[in-house]
Amino acid sequence: MIVVENVYYTYPNGVEALKGVSLRIKDGEFVAIMGENGAGKTTLVLHLNGLLKPTKGRVLVDGVDTREVSVAQLSRKVGLVFQNPDSQFFCSTVEEEIAFALKNFGFSQEVIEKRITWALNLMNLKQYRHRSPFTLSGGEKKRVALAAVLAWDPQILILDEPTIGQDYRQKEKLRQFILQLNSQGRTVIIVTHDVEFVADCVPAPRVVLMAGGRVIADGDAEEVLTNPELVKKASLIQPQISQVFQELADLGLPRNVLNVYEARRIILERWRGR
Amino acid sequence: MAVIEARGLTYTYPESKKPALVDVDLVVEEGEFVILTGPSGCGKTTLCRCLNGLIPHFYGGELRGELYVAGMNVKEHKTWELAQHVGLVFQNPENQLFSLTVEKDIAFGPENLGLPREEIRNRVDWALDRTGTTPLRYRAPYELSGGQQQRVAIASTLAMKPKVLVLDEPTSFLDPRGAQRIFETVNRLNKELGITIILVEHRLDLASVYADRVIVMNDGRIALDGTPKEVYLSGETEALGVGVVKVVKLYQLLEETGLRLRDVPISPKEASKLLREVLSP
Repeated sequence: MIVVENVYYTYPNGVEALKGVSLRIKDGEFVAIMGENGAGKTTLVLHLNGLLKPTKGRVLVDGVDTREVSVAQLSRKVGLVFQNPDSQFFCSTVEEEIAFALKNFGFSQEVIEKRITWALNLMNLKQYRHRSPFTLSGGEKKRVALAAVLAWDPQILILDEPTIGQDYRQKEKLRQFILQLNSQGRTVIIVTHDVEFVADCVPAPRVVLMAGGRVIADGDAEEVLTNPELVKKASLIQPQISQVFQELADLGLPRNVLNVYEARRIILERWRGR
Repeated sequence: MAVIEARGLTYTYPESKKPALVDVDLVVEEGEFVILTGPSGCGKTTLCRCLNGLIPHFYGGELRGELYVAGMNVKEHKTWELAQHVGLVFQNPENQLFSLTVEKDIAFGPENLGLPREEIRNRVDWALDRTGTTPLRYRAPYELSGGQQQRVAIASTLAMKPKVLVLDEPTSFLDPRGAQRIFETVNRLNKELGITIILVEHRLDLASVYADRVIVMNDGRIALDGTPKEVYLSGETEALGVGVVKVVKLYQLLEETGLRLRDVPISPKEASKLLREVLSP
């Protein structure tokens, strides 16, 4: 379990990025942290694996205060995939990139070999094993970054803006993959402002909405993302389906609909019963 | 009048075996608003680079076939000549802005054309006004938000008074509201000034409502080309790795189950209007 207790964080340049954030994330939850650029989303998740330590307040991961353990120790449990894969890479081949953390965690050579092969296959990267990660396309780099973290099988997986620069097909795969990891019991936290990506997730995640360094809403996606005031405050736009149902609320249709298949079910029911 | 005309355009990057563009035929009329989309690596960015002569003049490689932009043969005219007619806006505005103030960044292009001082000033005022960036005039580009930077990048391109504006995934790093403001800005340039727009975009949900035409590329070729409705209803987009906007998806799902709406919606507003027709008591 992750417990964030009244956390404030001020960057060395004086920018106060978090202003009293409190949050509890239980094991096995699927959470989307959403909000406009500059809302503090990335700053918050950098606290969860100890890369940043609170200026005030505290963060506990499975009961351990992040100030009392090293990033290396926390990372074994909490895997973070950065928004920009370039900030994660430094090896000359994809294979070395994936092996790096495994070596540091002290896995045997035999296990390392197996894990690399497993992660490459999983992310459809087999053919790039000996390529430099820097020569790959944006979407491929993202997959390498994800493979490198998945290889050590962290219990908690954090993905910062995983859909940026990804085309439709890659997003579909990513969504299925995230849902699968979560259904296997891992905690999955995504940072995103891609409302349609979240609206397509079944089951929908819990949404933590941030603005100006604070959490302004925390609840089911169906409640948070269909609330026009909240969505506007976070500089997001309601998913299209939610906009449609808001317009039709006077016909007695529910307002809290996000998903296109759910929308079809409700519309057909109404149409047939008319 | 055609402002872009490509015939049999085929291009191979230096040291690459496989061409990035294969036999592209394309005619874009002046004043059109075109969305160019397709899976990663399909050739969208390569095509954009041809439109202002970065290919072949900067990238080298082998360019075959014909390409005329604003009446100029791209192979025969230098990038600086083409830049007066075709403005290119990149995904990351930080790659495009380098001055200490917004005003200087916008003035940079016109200054390089050697225009009179008065004309430069007029163009800067005009470009700021048209992109809603006048309040940012004396700010430093690096201290602006991503969305503001992107509007400044558009302004600096606009100051060249281009006939065609090419935007290569300009909203990738922006939140939805920021993205929508970019699309609204671009739409005004199109509708009020008649500037032809080529917008490379994955965010079809937000952008489609402004476009006259959607082109889907795949493997270096043009795979689909038509109005947004035609393209999304073609049934081929998903196989090409391109999603349809959510309200079109809803239209399709309803049709499969026997409920056919009178028309294909492109925006949530249109969708709710069409649904109201069949659901009202």
